[in-house]
Amino acid sequence: MNIVINGTVCYASPGETVLSAAKNNDIYIPSLCYHNKTGPLGRCRVCMVYVEGMNGLQSSCNLPVREGMIITTDTNEVKAHQRLVVDLLLSSGKHDCLSCEQNGNCELQDVAYYLEIERPSFNLSPPSIDIDETSEMVFVDRSKCIQCGRCIEGCNNTVVNEVITFAQRGFETKIEFDNNIEMGKSTCVQCGECVQLCPVGALIDKNAISKGRPWELEKVTTICPYCGVGCQLELHINRKINKIIRITGVEKAPANNGMLCIKGRYGFDFVGNKDRLTTPLIRNSEGKFENSTWDEAITFVAKKFKNIITEHGNEAIAGLASAKVTNEDNYAFQKLIRREIGNNNVDHCARLCHSSTVAGLAASFGSGAMTNDIKDINKAGVILVTGSDTTAAHPVISARIKKAVRDGKSKVIVIDPKEIALADYAEIYAAQRPGSDVAVINCLMQLIIKNGWEDKDYIQSRTENFEDLKKEVMKDKYSPENVETLSGVPAAKLHKIAELFAKAKTGSVFYSMGITQHTTGTDNVKSIANLQMLCGNLGKPGGGVNPLRGQSNVQGACDMGCLPNVYPAYQKVTDPKSKSKFENFWSKSLSDKIGLTITEITDSIIKGTIKGLYIMGENPFISDPDQYHTIESLEKTEFLVVQDIFMTETAELADVVLPASTYAEKTGHFTNTERRVQRLNPALKAPGQAKDDWEIIQLIANKMGSDWNYQTIRDITTEINAVAPSYAGITWDRVGKEGLQWPCPTVDHPGTPYLHKDQFTRGLGLFHAIEFKEPAELPNDEYPLIMTTGRVLEQFHTGTMSRKSQGLNNIAKPMVMISVVDAEKMSISNSEKVKVITRRGEIETNAFVTKRIQQGVIYIPFHYAEAPANRLTINAVDPTAKIPEYKVCAAKISKIIS
Amino acid sequence: MKYFRSHILIETDEASVQQGAREVMNALKQELAKHNLDQEVNVLETGSLGFFERGVCIAVYPDDVIYGNVKVEDVSSLVSEHFLKGRPLTHLVIERSEKKNIPLGYDKRIVLENSGNIDPEEINDYLGVGGYLAWEKALLEMKPEDIVQTVKDSGLRGRGGAGFPAGIKWSFTSPIKGVQKYVVINADEGEPGTFKDRLIMEGDPHKLLEGTMIASLAVGATKAYIYIRGEYKLCINRLQRAIDQAYEYGLLGKNILESGFDLDIEIETGAGAYICGEETALIESMEGNRGIPRTKPPYPGVKGFMQNPTVVNNVETIANVPAIINKGADWYRNIGTAESPGTKVYTILGDVAVPGLCEVPMGTTLRTIINTYGGGMKKGSRFKSALVGGAAGIFLGDNMLDVKMDFHNLAEYKAVLGSGAILVINDSVNIVDMLESVIKFFRHESCGKCVPCRNGNEQLYKSVRKIKAGYAGEDELDKMLLIADTMQKTSFCALGQSLLLPVKSALDMFKDDFLSYINKKKAINK
Repeated sequence: MNIVINGTVCYASPGETVLSAAKNNDIYIPSLCYHNKTGPLGRCRVCMVYVEGMNGLQSSCNLPVREGMIITTDTNEVKAHQRLVVDLLLSSGKHDCLSCEQNGNCELQDVAYYLEIERPSFNLSPPSIDIDETSEMVFVDRSKCIQCGRCIEGCNNTVVNEVITFAQRGFETKIEFDNNIEMGKSTCVQCGECVQLCPVGALIDKNAISKGRPWELEKVTTICPYCGVGCQLELHINRKINKIIRITGVEKAPANNGMLCIKGRYGFDFVGNKDRLTTPLIRNSEGKFENSTWDEAITFVAKKFKNIITEHGNEAIAGLASAKVTNEDNYAFQKLIRREIGNNNVDHCARLCHSSTVAGLAASFGSGAMTNDIKDINKAGVILVTGSDTTAAHPVISARIKKAVRDGKSKVIVIDPKEIALADYAEIYAAQRPGSDVAVINCLMQLIIKNGWEDKDYIQSRTENFEDLKKEVMKDKYSPENVETLSGVPAAKLHKIAELFAKAKTGSVFYSMGITQHTTGTDNVKSIANLQMLCGNLGKPGGGVNPLRGQSNVQGACDMGCLPNVYPAYQKVTDPKSKSKFENFWSKSLSDKIGLTITEITDSIIKGTIKGLYIMGENPFISDPDQYHTIESLEKTEFLVVQDIFMTETAELADVVLPASTYAEKTGHFTNTERRVQRLNPALKAPGQAKDDWEIIQLIANKMGSDWNYQTIRDITTEINAVAPSYAGITWDRVGKEGLQWPCPTVDHPGTPYLHKDQFTRGLGLFHAIEFKEPAELPNDEYPLIMTTGRVLEQFHTGTMSRKSQGLNNIAKPMVMISVVDAEKMSISNSEKVKVITRRGEIETNAFVTKRIQQGVIYIPFHYAEAPANRLTINAVDPTAKIPEYKVCAAKISKIIS
Repeated sequence: MKYFRSHILIETDEASVQQGAREVMNALKQELAKHNLDQEVNVLETGSLGFFERGVCIAVYPDDVIYGNVKVEDVSSLVSEHFLKGRPLTHLVIERSEKKNIPLGYDKRIVLENSGNIDPEEINDYLGVGGYLAWEKALLEMKPEDIVQTVKDSGLRGRGGAGFPAGIKWSFTSPIKGVQKYVVINADEGEPGTFKDRLIMEGDPHKLLEGTMIASLAVGATKAYIYIRGEYKLCINRLQRAIDQAYEYGLLGKNILESGFDLDIEIETGAGAYICGEETALIESMEGNRGIPRTKPPYPGVKGFMQNPTVVNNVETIANVPAIINKGADWYRNIGTAESPGTKVYTILGDVAVPGLCEVPMGTTLRTIINTYGGGMKKGSRFKSALVGGAAGIFLGDNMLDVKMDFHNLAEYKAVLGSGAILVINDSVNIVDMLESVIKFFRHESCGKCVPCRNGNEQLYKSVRKIKAGYAGEDELDKMLLIADTMQKTSFCALGQSLLLPVKSALDMFKDDFLSYINKKKAINK
């Protein structure tokens, strides 16, 4: 439609506001409180315009356009009112631009400039200096606050952390945290959404203060290196000192829509850390590392690898790829192992997180990835979250779930041994005993079938083997009463969960390590698949089985074939057709023998069959179960090459250490948890001689006598397009701002937001009759507690990246969560130092006494080298997926008597 | 039914109770019993009799005598004089002007017709005077659209201040189908000097309920709330009692009078913020949020309480509805003026002889209200101005005394009727002092949501203080006017927009008062 602004005919779309129409037509209307994401708040009253036929002035931020509307924004009268409002605002508070961090990026400054306000005309007593610097990451200066309400809107309605609110009223109005306590003591999780939304200098990034003016900083868009959500970041770079100064989230990015978590926004110190590896290192005859040139190091590695192959055969080398490097890096890595070394001994940490998902879902549906996408989370009527501390491990996805609840679109059911933060938003929360998942899900299915709530048409037309499932789950041992005894979930609650979930028009399941890291991991996953097929929740928007991937590119590393049984895009090494395809493409004969998994590699080294190990960007020392066993294996490795960004605990044991670049220094692609391939853009120069991973791999390959000729990383992307059918259409030039979701088989395919639409990858969905089995190690009199492990919000994985940030370390220290009941029994008080002991070893850490964990269970985050949870965990694995049972082992706690 | 020779109605509104009404009532009962008169003389509680600053008042019927300033120690002589000897205790009798028998206004009162005449805590009393007939008629004989049409035809305008036609408001919500709808009665009476809604609720709670029921039926709401200030304890108690009685009599609940219509009414209490009288802030408060106004559109009629269609009406507006249904739109249109039919309840305060409240037809002049119902000016004082419409009102001078007051006429003079509070000011008062307290009030009550109201009120307050302290020049007056003008044009809600009227009217008419402060200091400084 057409409207007239200041005498010019402008096009406006129906439903749009006058402010946005003006903006789209390049007409500036000053405004302060409006932000795309928080919408019209109507607080600042600066965007007032005159509309013909309407009384007085109108606020343009919430005024919908009408055909033929005649609007004036710049007459003397309109500007006089706008000016007086801004004048009144400038007259209160401390608006000194001179040393303000926001100078040059301040919307109040822009508005004052446009309205030509030199000095405020009034002198409203400013609120007394009110600075709150208690938070690690956020600096609050209330005297600069203009009470626009954006931070409050963002905190409550976007990230739904519900910390910030207004206190007092009238002239005394101010923002406060929780019930008027300091930000640092509040429940704030320091996601920084408020900082990103603040139009002035009231909420700013504490660690960026006086490190660079906005106009000195260059912005580069890239992808977050932490979890698998795939948040798009904008790095603000100071070129002069080659450093990241601050990070903001990219508004309207498909996965995060501007949101970030504390790690993504503030955990970037590792990039410029002084301990970065800057030169290749070779262990000398005295056992000390010595700097070397790239040529020396590569020559040494190639020679050693070749020697091992000559002496012990080409099965004697294995490689661990990385969930933290790009698709291209991973592709090159597995190609090196398969083509140049000549075996399939390539695996990576997906083995330790979602190998059971891949195995279970491949069996049920024919492919094993998150079926649905992030943006449609709110299309599910009921969201079942189980075995996932979403708020800690995938904060932005948890924000979306909370938002769906807050908007009344979805209800949440949480089934988790720990009363996770999402439980506060749940309609029903149930605490199951760790390891009882199959029993619980079978019971839910029994109740659904008994009550006739299953989707009969769907079962009939889309699935097979339903009778087998029915026979199993209808057994008396899965009756609610029996399952109550077994899992601790009250029978009545099981009834309620079954009813709420089954009756939802669309139900989705989100899960993570709590489901996968068991000796019954594959069974757990298959059970979830069963439940979702039973309810007909697959192949539609908002539904699905949604395993949340824990690392920035763990999905991509799997897709690229960094698994011992598949080539890129899950083409089986045992399938002669696939093998010959790759043999032709790589012009080399390949092995059709399934390679070794991580856990098998560790054992094989101890057994002596694996001699050489090439680790790229992994830290098994901390991440793998039964640490003493892992160390023994690493120490026993005849030739260990570690390629990383820091001297990790694992690298300390290596023979050669190769310096690699971080996410901020390279390009390439990450594939996030919803299968979205997104581009990294280089922002900084890598320190010293550090190189991109693919370059290092190519050097090794060629030094071993091969013929690789990738000029740029784009050449690898093109090769991936050629060999991986689901990536065929995801070409370098097509990956735009939004990225593309695989499968994307052709260059004109739009990508696939959700899988299994009209049929499953394998045709019909396959029900599996799953019998409940107990975990490998159960508590007894000597070890009476169940120990389980996981992550905390502020740290990541083995800490290689997150523990380089002092702020993060200050917030999240090693601890063991113990229930109030157990703590009381043992008279352990909060923060008291305790010893946790299992059959594998013992650690010392601080007790965190809480009601959030159930009686008889303790929880230890595994990030900390000084109190490594994995010294305690058991090396029992799932028979199919070989995933270790991190989530259950028997433990005891004792007080430390000094 | 038991018959009595005489009835004593003792007002037990909040103010009277504070002044000892209950003690007087107990003393009366004991004294009557002592003389064996308790079977002949009935003692009843009732709402306000309409007098203020007259202590505890009691009315004796059928004798039609009203006593004021009754204290416990007066009781024994009152009983012996009036009930034993049959002559009034003259020194306590309230002398009433012209229409001597009507303390609460003129004789065709609508919303206050029963106040002071029936026991507000007894549903049978209300039924006895024809109560709930309109509800029955609406429920059993009328279609919702007919009710809306009747109210539209009656020309009933909202009595909360803005004067928006009630029927038109209803007609936005009535046709919406398939969602839960709500009626909310705005009883968060917070305008300074206004207590009309309180006296309606204390004196005749069933009338408000009946109006609420009819409104709910008309717009198709099965749930209604009465949002009432928390300080109005007696109203809350009486309304709750009335609601309980209505349920007991089957006038509320499921399938009322077998009509198939369900309705529940619940009381919500406010926590004393003026802003919560603004309908969207009121809804926010009901939802448990901070009481700040919402962005409009969407209007509450489309998206209100819990994002569902909600009609919000003032107490006085709704109390008119039963009579309109009973007697028809034409009857109602005959009262008051063409543009503003019906009556208006005013509270008269300040320098009048008899402060209190009255219900008079729309169009009654300020002079009539002051002279007839306020008993004229206080002895020895002369009229200077009246602040009409509460703090958000306007200072009217003596040139406005004969203007017929209704929504339309006052608008012609760029004035407002507002809540109907009339604060009469004598000529010894400096208007600047009055204005200071008005601004102070708004400064205190500004919710802080928008800049012009939050900072504008602060600056106005600073200006008026500066003027009073003698540090200001005449330019301060222009500054005040500019700020008030911008506040009126840019503030988010009516609160911030309201300042222009009192500021501008004070400056226009009483500039000398400002100058006296400005010049006085100047003189001293010389």
